[in-house]
Amino acid sequence: MSRLNVHAIRAIYRFEMARTWRTLMQSVISPVISTSLYFVVFGGAIGSRIPQIDNISYGAFIVPGLIMLSLLTQSISNASFGIYFPKFTGTIYELLSAPVSYIEIVVSYVGAAATKSIILGLIILATASLFVPLHIAHPLWMILFLLLTAVTFSLVGFIIGIWADNFEKLQVVPLLIITPLTFLGGSFYSMKMLPAFWQKVSLFNPVVYLISGFRWSFYNVSDVSVGICLSVTVVFMAVSLAVVAWIFRTGYKLKR
Amino acid sequence: MQAIISTSKLSKTYASGFQALKNINLDIQRGEIFALLGPNGAGKTTLISTICGIVTASAGSITVDGHDIVKDYRAARTLIGLVPQELTTDAFETVWNTVSFSRGLFGKAANPAHIEKTLKDLSLWEKRDSKIIALSGGMKRRLMIAKALSHEPQVLFLDEPTAGVDVTLRRDMWELVRSLRATGVTIILTTHYIEEAEEMADRIGVINKGEIILVENKAELMRKLGKKQMTLQLEHPMQAVPAGFDHYRLSLAQNGNELVYTYDASEKVEIADLLKALNDAGIRFKDLHTTQSSLEDIFVSLVEGKQ
Repeated sequence: MSRLNVHAIRAIYRFEMARTWRTLMQSVISPVISTSLYFVVFGGAIGSRIPQIDNISYGAFIVPGLIMLSLLTQSISNASFGIYFPKFTGTIYELLSAPVSYIEIVVSYVGAAATKSIILGLIILATASLFVPLHIAHPLWMILFLLLTAVTFSLVGFIIGIWADNFEKLQVVPLLIITPLTFLGGSFYSMKMLPAFWQKVSLFNPVVYLISGFRWSFYNVSDVSVGICLSVTVVFMAVSLAVVAWIFRTGYKLKR
Repeated sequence: MQAIISTSKLSKTYASGFQALKNINLDIQRGEIFALLGPNGAGKTTLISTICGIVTASAGSITVDGHDIVKDYRAARTLIGLVPQELTTDAFETVWNTVSFSRGLFGKAANPAHIEKTLKDLSLWEKRDSKIIALSGGMKRRLMIAKALSHEPQVLFLDEPTAGVDVTLRRDMWELVRSLRATGVTIILTTHYIEEAEEMADRIGVINKGEIILVENKAELMRKLGKKQMTLQLEHPMQAVPAGFDHYRLSLAQNGNELVYTYDASEKVEIADLLKALNDAGIRFKDLHTTQSSLEDIFVSLVEGKQ
């Protein structure tokens, strides 16, 4: 066997992707439908009565935020479920007894989760283009932000999946932390629309930087400097990687 | 014979403080069938899980074919196949896919011919496209073995392989284990069924309260610790063992209708002398039969002796 267990990475990746296609309704169709409803309600019904923000129609303005909302929740959901389910069913024994390094495990699970959420993000982008006129000013930066966010939050999901020892815990962080942070991170509004105090408070919300950077890649407008957005995203990813490394070094909730 | 698995001063203490393994020194010989016996909670599964890398040892070392399971885990784990006690499977996956997945996980390139052979050997070929959820308990048990064999391991751990399976399937499993051994695979099995160990094992290890209390060749163990009894059914019942037979370990049973002679399997006994002496003393018997203590009797006496 080579130093890198490529066959194992491929096997886990394929297994996880196959699970997505088996649960097509839950994995892909359901988020697309709910995001389309956001466009209909906020973009069409309510959005038509809201003035333009930074010369962008409200419907178009919320597109990056909605993609981020799906990207974050799906990355976490896919990755956390991917590693939690073998723990729940007991099939984790096979993973722990296989000649697989921790890096290979993370690459395959996080890679599959990120792939799924990126596919979903692109589907939502295509769906959005049916409702509002879209213009992507910096396509490569858009892809970079998409990739970084998907990988970072898949890492967060992986951590949650290992930490959780029941289905309730699996849902607690996405529902009580990530979703509120995303809603309050400027998915549906610009930071400039908030009072000064709340603008300052919002800067402690890491999701603000993800959405702001991503929106900049679309419309060339941003609440926060793009350099800071990118830096915060990379730091968030580094912290997540450090936590994952610690989990595997100590065997936390994996090995007895 | 060279040891394929070697543990040295192996100990495991769980976070709760429970010491599951205590200073285990054990060599498993290449190509043998080794049965690990022990009561519930003795440490059998912990020992297997530690060797396979699922449980982290607190102290000591383990090598598999000379490879340290921590420093050289890739080489060590590639050699091992594990069939756990629980039927843990991905219910919605197909038989073919799950076995192929296991092979990939253990770093082997796809080999449909090998997967096909494994499934056929385990009578699962017809079910290759079925979802696991649709399989019977016995089929799931065979599937677990197929997954463990998918990467052609040299060592196979079977943790309670026949727990909850019917007699026919158990016989089939025994046959399978023997055929695997014939191909050079080393088998380590834990079992509650003593007759299973008696039927299949080359060597027996007994573990109790985290300690290996005995490792012995099965035949040798039976010879050393096994007791034999010869029972004579008397024509006329006796009140007491007749005088002059004190040097024979004789006792009466069945209200004096049977005279029982107990001797160690390893003893050189002169049964003919005893029968002649009885005949000379005018003691007549209608029939006789001999019995030998089973591995179960030996196991119980060993474990109880340590308590």
